[in-house]
Amino acid sequence: MAEILFREAIKRGLAEALDNDPNVFIMGEDIGEYGGAYAVTDGFLKQYGPKRVIDTPISEAAFLGAGIGAAAGGLRPIVEFMSISFSLVAFDQIVNMAANLRYMSGGQISVPMLMRAPTGAGVQLGATHSQSFETWLADVPGMRCVCPSTPYDALGLIRTALKENNPVMFAEPALLYAMRGEVPDEYYEVPFGSANIQRAGDDVTLVSYGAGMRVLAAAADELAAKGVSAEVIDLRSLNPVDYDTLLTSIEKTNRALLLDTSRRKGGAMAEIASDLHERAMEWLDGPVVRIGAEDVPWPYNRGLEQEVYPQSSDVLAGLQKHYGI
Amino acid sequence: MADSINTSKQYLPDGLGPDDLLDMYRTMVLSRTLDERVWLLNRQGKAAIAASAQGHEAAQIATVRALDPSQDHFLIYYRQFTVMLGLGTTPVELLSGFLAKEGEPMSAARQFPLHGAHPRVDLFSFSNVVATQLPHAVGVALADKMRNSTAVTTVFFGDGAASQGDTHEAMNFAGVHRLPVIFLCENNRYAISVPLHKQMPVDSVASRASAYGFPGVSIDGTDMLGVYEAVSAAAARARAGDGPTLVEVNVERLLPHTTDDDHTRYRPEDDIAGMKLRDPLEITRDMLVSRGLLTLEQDAALRSAALKTVNEATDTVDAMPYPTVDTMYDHLFAEGGAR
Repeated sequence: MAEILFREAIKRGLAEALDNDPNVFIMGEDIGEYGGAYAVTDGFLKQYGPKRVIDTPISEAAFLGAGIGAAAGGLRPIVEFMSISFSLVAFDQIVNMAANLRYMSGGQISVPMLMRAPTGAGVQLGATHSQSFETWLADVPGMRCVCPSTPYDALGLIRTALKENNPVMFAEPALLYAMRGEVPDEYYEVPFGSANIQRAGDDVTLVSYGAGMRVLAAAADELAAKGVSAEVIDLRSLNPVDYDTLLTSIEKTNRALLLDTSRRKGGAMAEIASDLHERAMEWLDGPVVRIGAEDVPWPYNRGLEQEVYPQSSDVLAGLQKHYGI
Repeated sequence: MADSINTSKQYLPDGLGPDDLLDMYRTMVLSRTLDERVWLLNRQGKAAIAASAQGHEAAQIATVRALDPSQDHFLIYYRQFTVMLGLGTTPVELLSGFLAKEGEPMSAARQFPLHGAHPRVDLFSFSNVVATQLPHAVGVALADKMRNSTAVTTVFFGDGAASQGDTHEAMNFAGVHRLPVIFLCENNRYAISVPLHKQMPVDSVASRASAYGFPGVSIDGTDMLGVYEAVSAAAARARAGDGPTLVEVNVERLLPHTTDDDHTRYRPEDDIAGMKLRDPLEITRDMLVSRGLLTLEQDAALRSAALKTVNEATDTVDAMPYPTVDTMYDHLFAEGGAR
């Protein structure tokens, strides 16, 4: 068991795939000589050569579309966006094309393409670098959408993603690239659609994913100091969602709070909250509480950004308001 | 009698014999007959929507014949009856797509007609958002280049699609990596209702190729042999590792954009009259007659044979069942691990 960085965990998973499967290649902006905007592919160009580590023009629609074509042509492309905010330039290719292709071809064409993108706010990069569009892509049928919160999950999920024969959006919280965590030496995978109970508890179910898990960890500590025992669940996978784990927990705690570091309005958590109201109403002592970012573009100013970003104090205030705890 | 090609010559491009010319013409006639049938089926309420290849047939069959379907890839768009037939799709298969029948081979009745993939011929097409297929073609060619294949990928698109960002991005990417792609623009001068001069400030789509470091040629798309030669040259260049070519074939759109359109609302009368003089079926027939390869009697027989084929296909497809609703979720996700 070794402690490695979140970015190193992703890098290890990518390197394994490049080592083991000649059909795997990576393309994106500044991933070669530069090593990627967050240094995930550092050294890959030297190790695997320019045929398998391709610096692309600033041309998201072209390289995402080319990824689709290469996947349909029998390869397993890994496409890196410099930011998930930039994936909007290629959303037509992702949503209309990659995700729909299998269904639209009556099952003839699969797109085993891994899309990777830094996601989320909190690093003072302003409105067009700080968004979290995995929360939109989670809605799209025909593709998978996952987001790890630890180095362990990053490696386990990326291994699964690189075996998946459907398009996968693998969102990498920009706040977490330098996070340290233990990763076993033995091979393991983290399956899609399996949430992780990071901390067991009896009084309230706290749910988030990615960078939101840090906020929940702080909130759970503060709740513990008040004598409230929180069960903290990391979704890990936004499509598919592991409802079994959520429902089992809510049946026990009778209280639920969902936190999203993206805007509170809309998105994956709104969908999950709505589902939980239908499926867990008989167990709930109050509404499924939702905490998320304010409804504004992400401000660059640190103080403003932190005010927009959801905090553990927001979690405690939400529970106090709706459950009186 | 059209005068756009030199009918006095008996010249044939490399790789084509007299029988090939007749066979290509036969495919064009079948395409036209089938195309007309689909519009009829639309007016009968059986086919929800159709776009037409009428006017594009010579360019399409010449392009397919200049390539090697045993190894090459074809990414088509929604106006390509003749390409489909040239690649071996049957009239029953095509009609079953328009009527969205169970077992329709392109998309299992899930997608717009002439969209989907084909189990026998190597093509796929998802071009409702026009030009999306160009980056796909670049990726297919990239995969071929990585595997040291000699295959060529041809991607078809219209003049309207040439205005999309995807077109620029795909051509730039293909130029940078010298990929074996033929960008085949079927320029019929209308993007639905918007004429060419409102789409682009230059005279031809082909002129843009210089910006991407590869050749662009603009040719008469009613000239079957001319298109064959241009595409053959582009394919030879791609197979030699010299990269892409942009081939622009100038054709007429003889029918409105789709069955939902009426082009008399926006096309001037003289434009409509002029386009009828450039019907590639008539031009090709005249060329064959002038070469002594076809008599008008043989032409009539050939057309009635095509009609018989299409009538039989219509009956077959009419009798086919529709997909059942319990298949709604089929084909959504691929199962399993490594392919």
